[in-house]
Amino acid sequence: MWKTIIRRLLLMIPQIIILSILIFIIADFMPGDPFTGMIDPNLDPAQLEAQREAFGFNDPLPVRYVRWAADALRGDFGRSFNYQQPVIAVIGGRMGNTIRLSLLSIILTYGIGLPLGILAGRYNESGLDKTILVYNFVSFAIPIFVLALLMVWIFGYNLNWFPSRGSISINANTTWEVWTSRLYHLLLPSITTAILGTTSIIQYLRSEIIDAKVSDYVKTARSKGVPIQKVYTKHIFRNASLPIASGFGFTIVSLFTGSIFIEQIFSYRGMGYLFLQSINTRDYSVIFVLVLFYGFLGLIGTLLSDLILMAVDPRIRID
Amino acid sequence: MATNQDAEAAVLSDDMAASSPPMGIKVIAREFMRDKLALFSLIFLILILVAVFIGSYLVDQATVTTVSLWDSYLPPMSMSEDPVHEGTRYILGTDSAGRDIFGLLLIGARNSILLGWTVTVVTSAIGIVVGILAAYYAGLIDNILMRIIDFIMILPQLMIIIIFVTIVPNYNVFSFALILIVFNWHGQARFIRGRALTVGRLDFISASRTMGTPSLVIMLREMMPNISSLIIVNLTLNFAGSIGLETGLTFLGFGLPTGTPSLGTLVSYATNPDILENRAWVWLPASTLILVLVLCINYVGRALQRSADAKQRLG
Repeated sequence: MWKTIIRRLLLMIPQIIILSILIFIIADFMPGDPFTGMIDPNLDPAQLEAQREAFGFNDPLPVRYVRWAADALRGDFGRSFNYQQPVIAVIGGRMGNTIRLSLLSIILTYGIGLPLGILAGRYNESGLDKTILVYNFVSFAIPIFVLALLMVWIFGYNLNWFPSRGSISINANTTWEVWTSRLYHLLLPSITTAILGTTSIIQYLRSEIIDAKVSDYVKTARSKGVPIQKVYTKHIFRNASLPIASGFGFTIVSLFTGSIFIEQIFSYRGMGYLFLQSINTRDYSVIFVLVLFYGFLGLIGTLLSDLILMAVDPRIRID
Repeated sequence: MATNQDAEAAVLSDDMAASSPPMGIKVIAREFMRDKLALFSLIFLILILVAVFIGSYLVDQATVTTVSLWDSYLPPMSMSEDPVHEGTRYILGTDSAGRDIFGLLLIGARNSILLGWTVTVVTSAIGIVVGILAAYYAGLIDNILMRIIDFIMILPQLMIIIIFVTIVPNYNVFSFALILIVFNWHGQARFIRGRALTVGRLDFISASRTMGTPSLVIMLREMMPNISSLIIVNLTLNFAGSIGLETGLTFLGFGLPTGTPSLGTLVSYATNPDILENRAWVWLPASTLILVLVLCINYVGRALQRSADAKQRLG
């Protein structure tokens, strides 16, 4: 197990290097550099050029990449010229919001998906199953931004059940108020994300349970007198949850990426919102690190999925 | 004795005729007859497509996109207040610049559908070529292609597309389509490769190889027909996905250029809280149309998927 993890982590290094080189090249095509934002009538363009030279912005691409990589390894990812702060501080300031959003979304996704999947599988062909299938189909097909807009419009503006914008109320002062206000603002965006996240969970769980129902081990368990409820909780669910457990890593990653639309529509100040903002202000150093971070997250997600699959299914050994 | 044998043969051939499985279009037709909702989706989809294409042909884009500030934000069914457009009735109201939402909806839908379809067809074509090549030659070629695909898969797709959209010089519809294609073909290729690998291992392919059939003939005439039903299913499901992706990107402001209205352009008005809350007629029709389109396409795709797999067929 540990050997596999270490090997997989080592394999990730070249992938991250290639990813960073690729993004570095793309970033090079973007106009401007960290000094573009500092242009000031009192500053002599020649001096600015000298500064550029001194900071090495005119060096060839490979030289700049190596210098950037050396800095990055020391934890210095450059400065955001829009915020005039280190990139790490800018992203770190938003990360909390996105992590809270993702955490609640994950809890809701599994909280909605698992029971619905089990019910649909256990009572398949029933009215309940058909209703769940309709829900499942719609949540599979609907584009995330259409769903999010409808949710804001219906529950945020028309019914006024939830706040429709932002991540926290300005009136929240005490710790308790801050956290309840945060949670309240989180509910609608995370329910929206969760509705879309349940699709594959319900689909897999339902079909696995339907397949398992007629399998030999279930017949054996039933004939030796195990109550039906116990067969479901102890036998069928364990086997049926394998594909879902292995999808966990991917689910986390897709929640993070889906947050671009969600955060934009709910004006929720997380990393996805920061990304779009940085694109609009051409804040390349932030964009660069965000893309790298999400790429890294994708790799971790794949690894996590494989590890979970290995942990829950002893038959599978992944090298 | 001879007659007896003939009779037996006749019975046998009768049996074979009775048990020969229904093929191609008949299976699909039967599936749709069994699933009335799928039939309804198909008819509804065709109606939408016909209406959009005929409608957008009849609507003059220049008139629709003309700004007339007199008519700004008129609710649905109101008459034009601009003396130039005297007597015009706006069925679905107008947007901030007094443009007819109904006309924009038709043109936008046409653009979204055409772009979505183009991207789907091209990515599928690339996917089929790459997938079959990888599956047929296996070994080194497969390895190289799969490593490339693995790498594209770890990219945060949405972010990379947005970055490319912002850095491409002379950005237009063509470059947008190209960007979408570059970052979307890999899923198709992976899917097709998986299926083609199973087909490629079948005995008749090995037999054909030993007989010296040229590789191109094996790939085009023997492997491809065996995955053709999957290709059609995949084409349908991806069509819905492409429409969702394009309208989503346009909604964020990184899609079709401003001169080319899309359904996403109309939906993007909803980023303004005032329009979202009080002027739903601007963005709601486009959102509904996107929703109905993708639901219908997906449902038709599901029915096609079932008819491609004998185990799942309803009839």
